[in-house]
Amino acid sequence: MSVPILEMKNITKQFPGVKALDDVSFKVERAQIHCLVGENGAGKSTLMKVLSGVHPYGSYEGEIYLDGELQTYRSVYDSEKAGIAVIYQELALVPEMMVYENIFLGHEIRSGINVDINETIRQTVDLLKKVRLEVNPSMKIKHLGIGKQQLVEIAKALSRKARLLVLDEPTSSLNETDSENLFFLLRELKKEGVTSILISHKLQEVMSVADKVTILRDGQSVITLNNNNGEVNEDVLIKNMVGRSIENIYPPREELPVGEVIFEVRNWNAYDPRLERQILKGVNINLKKGEILGITGLMGAGRTELAKSIFGNTDGYQIEGEILVNGEPVRFSAPSNAIKSGLAYVTEDRKGNGLILIQDVKTNITIANLKRILNRGFLIDENAEIRDAREYRESLDIRTPSINQLVLYLSGGNQQKVSLAKWLYVQPEIMILDEPTRGIDVGAKFEIFTIMNQMVEQGMSIIMISSELPEILGMTDRIYVISEGVVTGELMTKEADQEIIMRYATM
Amino acid sequence: MTFFQELTQNLKRNIRDYGMYIALFVIFLIFTFATDGMFISSRNISNLLSQMGYIAVLAIGMTLVIVIRHIDLSVGFLAGFLGAVAAIALTQWGFPVWAAIPMVLIFGVGAGLITALMVANFGIPAFVATLAGWLIYRGALLQVTLKTGTIIIPNPSFNALGNGYVPDLPLPNFLPGLHKVTLLVGVLAAVLMVISSISSRKKKIEYDFDVSSRNMFIISLVFMIILIGAITYVLAGYNGLSWTAVIVLGVTLIYHFLTTQTFLGRHIYAVGGNPEAAELSGISVNKITYIVFGSMGMLSALSGMLYASRLQSATTTAGTLFELDAIAAAYVGGVSSAGGVGKVTGSLIGAIVMVSLTNGMNLMGIDISTQYIVRGAVLVAAVVFDVATRKRGI
Repeated sequence: MSVPILEMKNITKQFPGVKALDDVSFKVERAQIHCLVGENGAGKSTLMKVLSGVHPYGSYEGEIYLDGELQTYRSVYDSEKAGIAVIYQELALVPEMMVYENIFLGHEIRSGINVDINETIRQTVDLLKKVRLEVNPSMKIKHLGIGKQQLVEIAKALSRKARLLVLDEPTSSLNETDSENLFFLLRELKKEGVTSILISHKLQEVMSVADKVTILRDGQSVITLNNNNGEVNEDVLIKNMVGRSIENIYPPREELPVGEVIFEVRNWNAYDPRLERQILKGVNINLKKGEILGITGLMGAGRTELAKSIFGNTDGYQIEGEILVNGEPVRFSAPSNAIKSGLAYVTEDRKGNGLILIQDVKTNITIANLKRILNRGFLIDENAEIRDAREYRESLDIRTPSINQLVLYLSGGNQQKVSLAKWLYVQPEIMILDEPTRGIDVGAKFEIFTIMNQMVEQGMSIIMISSELPEILGMTDRIYVISEGVVTGELMTKEADQEIIMRYATM
Repeated sequence: MTFFQELTQNLKRNIRDYGMYIALFVIFLIFTFATDGMFISSRNISNLLSQMGYIAVLAIGMTLVIVIRHIDLSVGFLAGFLGAVAAIALTQWGFPVWAAIPMVLIFGVGAGLITALMVANFGIPAFVATLAGWLIYRGALLQVTLKTGTIIIPNPSFNALGNGYVPDLPLPNFLPGLHKVTLLVGVLAAVLMVISSISSRKKKIEYDFDVSSRNMFIISLVFMIILIGAITYVLAGYNGLSWTAVIVLGVTLIYHFLTTQTFLGRHIYAVGGNPEAAELSGISVNKITYIVFGSMGMLSALSGMLYASRLQSATTTAGTLFELDAIAAAYVGGVSSAGGVGKVTGSLIGAIVMVSLTNGMNLMGIDISTQYIVRGAVLVAAVVFDVATRKRGI
């Protein structure tokens, strides 16, 4: 047997408080398409960052061998020089520059101190032929669709004599035709000796294109399967991806009768004019009183876009569809309208668009509903504010030395509690929680779940959006699964398990 | 903790807030010595406050513009242009003062709203939109003054805005040589300050917040009383409070109140602190943008009229570089370009610092070229100080 092109041995990568990779070994044979699969947070991206030198040699334990030689990359520059090219989901092209300029960016072909444009274009034409892309080399990148841009990225990698291509979820933003084109190209490149590592969530696609599949779970490599002798099927993949037992980290909830439908979204469509892509297609969901409704799906499925657009924040998308609150049709042109109708939205990105980090705890708690502490309609009653903020600090157990502390200095879990307090202060009927436990530790998770149970007991209804299947299964009554902007499944949580959800999510 | 320890700890913790006052004090001290006390004379201080007026009101408006992460370069020539419009309304259209002033203020609001339209609805960067305004208002100023050149304003009540003083009580034998109304205002201000400090301290104790020790509190009260007393006494020794000073004080108080006590202030600082979070909290970022630029336009109009009134005429170059003085004053006053941080009162102090530098150096007979360099250095020093103390995480 020949020396594998890549061998990563016993890679361990620690982040403060988290072991992202735990003794992972990963071997890739020459001229193959090797797929890397696993749940969100399983360690796929971290492994590839170790490979590409984003995490430099010395910041991890273990060894990387390329063609049998030990590699010690200090930066991405080193790994590129060794022939490794990583193509990320967010493409690294300059939209305002032309195709040939992008392909040779940083490696310009020179004659003297000038760029040799004729030679550059000639080579670009060759490269474009190789990746089967028929565009004018002088076109600006921004005028190309996302699928064509991806091919330009591959051409760029090839121009640098890349022998090992790493594609991180290349098809998550591609339509079917573009995806098929891409796989066809990868197979062609394989014949020419180029090896590809493909990270993907879509199992169908994995089964159709892969020679080998490696599954990562919780930072460990579980198993490597050979697709060419029938070892791989959907069941095996799913079982190995989610095969962990659910720890008992979900507080018990009183069984409460679920009431009437109080909130409904009908035929909801979102179109992104910048990417020329349909983000959400004909989504129909409803929420019943006193229910915790789960919405799940893989990265890029459109979960957050759905939540934000329902809440009246369009982010530049073109939205169509109907919303009914208590049976009455409503129209939210801005979040303020949604709040008035009894909705609240705790964002997935508390630091980015949830909290005002440079302001203190009490200001953050009251900002979405200042009406509660206004005198004569415009004067802030500081006494009332202090009293209320203290009350919420107590009831949610926000650990801060003072309600005058800047939110910036709180831990992730406590920041999340401030987010919850801010929206509870609005006294909503319907609470949308987007990834409510992202980036917080297990103890704080349990507290957040307890607060959710209390909300429901007080008569609120919750939409919980999460990509973590265990918590969706542990907390909700009913689940919608979204895949590529389409609701592919509706399940009662009692009848669901991770495998079933994963099947819908990869549809 | 001994008293001295508490004092130094207190100073360290609040160095950002106190820094400006200390700087102002040092500047006053230096100029007083360098000019043999001429700088601190009643006449000069009174003059200084009147000179500062038109920059101070711009700096206050600019504070809010920078807080919501924008900038307004057009305010200088907008002020100049609207000052000329006021002059024309008074001299050529025959408007009475009471009608001309509100009309020009409304024009100012309109100009500000146009800027806001560009920024909020068309998404043009404020720098570019207001640079265009800078050019347009400069052209407009030149056009309206084209035929006449400088427009002399013969209206004494309009000119009193920039040159007049609050009249005194007709009691020639009581405290001769002092302006009694000014003294009265000073005493009132001191009493109000003491009452509000005591009640806010009481409230804090009631809520278990950290408060300074009793001695410390009394010392700071005494210090504030002396400060107010000194300013009052100095002003009362000349003509008393000028109308400009009254207007600046009024604008400062109103804006201070709006930004610290009302929901509008909360919304403005929320938009500055994190616009996306503010929008998702139900605050309309566009609406706040309109309000802030509208207020900026109104204050530009006020600034233009104060300037025209001070010169008793509208000139073809009125407003030149006002915008940069106002921006500098706001930065010296502790506004952060990252948004969400900055106090109206800070910018007022910033304006006093910048105008004191000009005034003091003029008295010392320092050449204009050196003056620019010194003012530039002070601006840089203020911002470096601000950034450095912020990095320390205070």
